[in-house]
Amino acid sequence: MTLDKTKTTAKKKVEQVNAVVIRFVGDSGDGMQLTGTQFTDTSAMFGNDVATFPNYPSEIRAPQGSLYGVSGFQVHIGSVEISTPGDDLDLLVAMNPAGLKTNLKAVKAGHTIIVDTDSFTKKNLQKAEYETNPLEDGSLENYRVIEVAMTSLTREALKGLGLDNKSIVRSKNMFALGMVYWMYGRDMKHTLDFFEKKFKFKPIIAEANSKVIKTGYFFAETLELIPNSYSIAPSTMPKGTYRIVNGNTATAWGFLAAAEKSGLELYLGSYPITPATDILHELVKHKHFGVKAFQAEDEIAGITSTIGAAFAGDLAITTTSGPGLALKGEAIGLAMMTELPIVVVNVQRGGPSTGLPTRTEQSDLLQAMYGRNGESPVIVIAASSPADCFDYAFEASKLALEHMTPVILLTDGYIANGSEPWKIKSIKDMPDIKPNIITNDSEGYGPFDRDNDSLARNWAIPGTPGLEHRIGGLEKNEFTGNVSHDPLNHESMTNIRAEKVKRVENYIPDLTPEYAEEGDLLVVGWGGTYGSLHSAVRDMSKDGYKIGHAHFHYINPMSKNTADVFSRFKKIIVCELNKGQLSFVLKGKFNQYDFLQYNKVQGLPFSVIDLKAKFKTLIKED
Amino acid sequence: MEDIAVKQYTFKDFQSDQEVRWCPGCDDYVILRSMLKALPEMEVKKEDVVFISGIGCSSRFPYYVDSYGMHGIHGRAAAIASGVKLANPNLSVWVATGDGDAMAIGGNHFIHVLRRNLDLNIVLFNNEIYGLTKGQFSPTSVLGQKTKSSPYGNTQPPFQPGELAIGARARFFARIGGNTPKEMTKLFIDAEKFKGTSLIEVLQNCVIFNDGCFTNYTDKAVKDEQQLHVEHGEPMIFGKNKDKGLILDGLTLKIVTIGEDNIEEKDLLVHDAKCENEIMHHMLINLRYPLVTGIIRSVEEPTLEEREAELTEQVKSNSNFSKVDDLFFSGETYEVK
Ligand SMILES: Cc1ncc(C[n+]2csc(CCOP(=O)(O)OP(=O)(O)O)c2C)c(N)n1
Ligand code: SF4
Ligand SMILES: [Mg+2]
Repeated sequence: MTLDKTKTTAKKKVEQVNAVVIRFVGDSGDGMQLTGTQFTDTSAMFGNDVATFPNYPSEIRAPQGSLYGVSGFQVHIGSVEISTPGDDLDLLVAMNPAGLKTNLKAVKAGHTIIVDTDSFTKKNLQKAEYETNPLEDGSLENYRVIEVAMTSLTREALKGLGLDNKSIVRSKNMFALGMVYWMYGRDMKHTLDFFEKKFKFKPIIAEANSKVIKTGYFFAETLELIPNSYSIAPSTMPKGTYRIVNGNTATAWGFLAAAEKSGLELYLGSYPITPATDILHELVKHKHFGVKAFQAEDEIAGITSTIGAAFAGDLAITTTSGPGLALKGEAIGLAMMTELPIVVVNVQRGGPSTGLPTRTEQSDLLQAMYGRNGESPVIVIAASSPADCFDYAFEASKLALEHMTPVILLTDGYIANGSEPWKIKSIKDMPDIKPNIITNDSEGYGPFDRDNDSLARNWAIPGTPGLEHRIGGLEKNEFTGNVSHDPLNHESMTNIRAEKVKRVENYIPDLTPEYAEEGDLLVVGWGGTYGSLHSAVRDMSKDGYKIGHAHFHYINPMSKNTADVFSRFKKIIVCELNKGQLSFVLKGKFNQYDFLQYNKVQGLPFSVIDLKAKFKTLIKED
Repeated sequence: MEDIAVKQYTFKDFQSDQEVRWCPGCDDYVILRSMLKALPEMEVKKEDVVFISGIGCSSRFPYYVDSYGMHGIHGRAAAIASGVKLANPNLSVWVATGDGDAMAIGGNHFIHVLRRNLDLNIVLFNNEIYGLTKGQFSPTSVLGQKTKSSPYGNTQPPFQPGELAIGARARFFARIGGNTPKEMTKLFIDAEKFKGTSLIEVLQNCVIFNDGCFTNYTDKAVKDEQQLHVEHGEPMIFGKNKDKGLILDGLTLKIVTIGEDNIEEKDLLVHDAKCENEIMHHMLINLRYPLVTGIIRSVEEPTLEEREAELTEQVKSNSNFSKVDDLFFSGETYEVK
């Protein structure tokens, strides 16, 4: 097949759509993450709302063409509000048979699949465990399949440029991207600029990539198999300066902001673990802000060095995922007992044990709440989307510093790796953070005196003359701070520590249900399921259902009006990616209500379609 | 530490108001007293001194020193102290730890803190037993030792703390008997002066659960015969009459007597604590007769916090970012109008 630009067919139709879900899949080496990111950024800059989710194999270098070596990137773009990376696909771009096989199920019937026919060789079909070629055996007849010899077309486009075969084959992802750009009426400029900048010192590679992307673009325009293109108008997002962020970056940046706002230096003690490691990767870059990021020998050293840094006066945090949180349990107790401000971030993944490291789950809530010896309440909060990880990392720091207690911040693999537009917050728009630091001229107040309202103890930092003191894990006397085994003192101190955490409810916002203040069904969720639950409730609310969505960001303590919210709905369903951990907590706290449950533990997010079906039957049952 | 002259402190300035609760006769008292004597001599401001410990009898230490302090959790003192030092390198950070605390539950932190070489001072209270939990064998208990958890004798071969430390690339290792406060005081001062992680092993008698375990080396009556107290640059001489010494015989250390076999003082080995090659230090650590005390190894190298500070300065001077807004609004941003 040759490409003749002069033979452009009559101008094709343009169809308006509100939103589409596209997934690019291929071999780990096919550059699918880059392709997806480029499409996302271009769409965001065009003004669409976007949400993405990468899906890569857990093997670092999986064998080429294998089913488990498939790497994917899903993006959901729209002129309407986009809250999740999307369920079913409008378009699948499959660079090889393995990619097709592992992703076909997600494509909506009747929708489009673009394949690189050059990769459907006997060997690759075998590796993908196809007995017959799906392009020939009729198994794809329910889809609109666009067969393109991408590798050969790429090779032809680059003829004479003097590139080696490997570099040529490697740029075929840009052919696919060019096609998709044309199909969705996207401008290539952002990507062309990107290559020019990235390969400033390898102009030949920049040229090759722009050549291939343009070739793909014009090929799609010409190809009769693609009868029309789609237009997705810009969405109506609030005015401002945006950027695309994933949850782990947003988390890291939230801590940077909190450090600057509080006037403290940021310390991170961490040990690598999927999917939390990218927070470490991000923070180690920021030595220019004086960030002290310490890769420790294990999770215990991660958190105990964090406790040391908090004692010495830093905004001190530690980041981990489920198994790491288990290792940190004893030390969280020490931070609670010594009343030092630390933040523990747990980017949840599929458990138990090593579980599903690269998949998402919400099954560490009870561990965060209760996974320690003794009576040891700590603040537990959860972020709910990639961008709001920024806000909750900031909030976790603020609560820790102002209340002198450890805070556990829960995120999960889904929002940590997913990305969406973030309306950039300037440091001047963030609330103040006022740590409870005392200095030697704070007459009469010692390290063991408390704030009357919050009960936070004073923070006396080493280096401050006159405030020398000792803290530790042993019970201390309420007034002097000295070690005490007195029974009544112990009970009193236990109550004070609990009350201190409970009083945080006076400093946090109300729980405000979305879409309905009262009604037939209240959908309750927490953490990273916000997007799916929000989408389902939004759709049903539009259809006239009396349904509301209450999403918990504050889990310990909860907002003071929680019971009031519950009382205004006929039914309550708690939806979680676990076997019912928040419902367990709610049942203990609010036993006057019935909590129905909707649970899923497949390492996958909720499907909005499934959620709506469930909610509809619940409402109908009356 | 900084230019401001440090006020003259006394023993009492560092003594806390807490009642000391070790068993009467425990060497921990000697260590505490030596420390309280050493601290005023260190040219460190009281408010800059931080003691961190784990759990054990020995880990009660921070309560008895009037400085900043934290009694942590079992085994984690070195890690907590690392965080303190990284957060504020101006502090003089001390770790008080036991043989179980440092080498059993805290073994991982112990080797890594030595490898990283932060400027910390670690005092290892080695009593070859778990004191606080009432007498189980520890990673330094000797073979055959009868304890509450080895009533028929210990079958687990012990660590030699110094050997483990050298293996972990320790830059400073010293050993001292728990009954020699004068030498101990001096050692503490030297350890504070040393830039890098200093490890001081104190042979600490536990009168209750392992009484006399070091008597053969430390008892006043035999000490001079049994111990070789090394000093950098000095010949390796010991014995009541200063008549014995060490020479190298092939690959082993040999004890010789001055005046016998034509041996003169100048034939003896001269202690070089600053020698980077650790082979001699290793041999001295493993010697049982004489038992070597004093600073066996003292090799300065840049500390972790120095390396970090240098790198941070470098990154800062090459960066356009000084406020987080610079970062947030940099790169791929776009306007929604
Ligand atoms: C996690 C944990 N495990 C076990 C203990 C019990 N424990 C406290 S101290 C100790 C051993 C102390 O021995 P060592 O470190 O040699 O100190 P010593 O008492 O001899 O000074 C043990 C096992 C504990 N406090 N915490
Ligand atoms: S048990 Fe042993 S180590 Fe502990 S205080 Fe008593 S004598 Fe000292
Ligand atoms: Mg001991």
